Amino acid sequence: MAELKPGDAIPELRVTPDKYLPHRYAGASGDFNPIHIDDEFAKAVGLPRNILHGLYSMGLVAKAATALADGDPRALKRLSVQFRGMGVPEQEIVVGGTVKSVEDGRVTIDTVATQGDTTLIKNAEAEVQL
Amino acid sequence: MALKTDAVGKEWPATTYQVGREKIKEYATVLGLDNPVHLDVEAARAAGFRDVVAPPMFAVVYSSPAIGPAMFDPEVGMNFAKMVHGAQEFEWGEPACSGDVLTTTAKCLSIEERDGKGFYVFETDSVNQDGARVARGTWTLIVRGV
Repeated sequence: MAELKPGDAIPELRVTPDKYLPHRYAGASGDFNPIHIDDEFAKAVGLPRNILHGLYSMGLVAKAATALADGDPRALKRLSVQFRGMGVPEQEIVVGGTVKSVEDGRVTIDTVATQGDTTLIKNAEAEVQL
Repeated sequence: MALKTDAVGKEWPATTYQVGREKIKEYATVLGLDNPVHLDVEAARAAGFRDVVAPPMFAVVYSSPAIGPAMFDPEVGMNFAKMVHGAQEFEWGEPACSGDVLTTTAKCLSIEERDGKGFYVFETDSVNQDGARVARGTWTLIVRGV
């Protein structure tokens, strides 16, 4: 990848989680909160349907940031996010970002994850060592 | 109603987690992380890791067992029906590889009321069997209508 400089956009990551993604993420992470895996329960507590785990969406932000270093897990040094709207299965998520600063190969990226009109994650700051 | 803040500074007993290849593969597959260093021991060793290496956000898997008892502690007294995960931060150090035994401690950094909401901030600190820090997590949980 060419040298990154402040203001550059990072490559977008687009993912459409399928209907059973929350169940697989629950198994992988150990978070079986029924709002993520039980549609009826989710509706009973006032949600539109079962919702994605916020930490799954954060995982996608981490994936987009790490992709700058060809997926090298050592490259991601820090990731800080704020959770906003609720994500749902079966709708495309778009993770994008802009380079804020570059110092000694340490790239700081301002990242956002959206799904339709909903912002899932904002003010996400990722530090990647390239 | 004033927010209970007695738990600020409280630390909970350490939990341990042994990292394993199959769990890393399961996590990496769900996130669609196809770098073979997460899936194949030869590829991981060729890239300089002791064994298959966990993706950074696998930190959730090994630090959650420590944060659970903190969140559910009656001394903290969070109202779960009104709780949302507000923010999360991880800072990473040494990579976590299969075979590592990670020890995580949790502590309550702050409990504050702002705009009628309770902000509960916890920190987890995970170190490996050599005492090297693997990840530090900052978990911000928000309880609406306190």
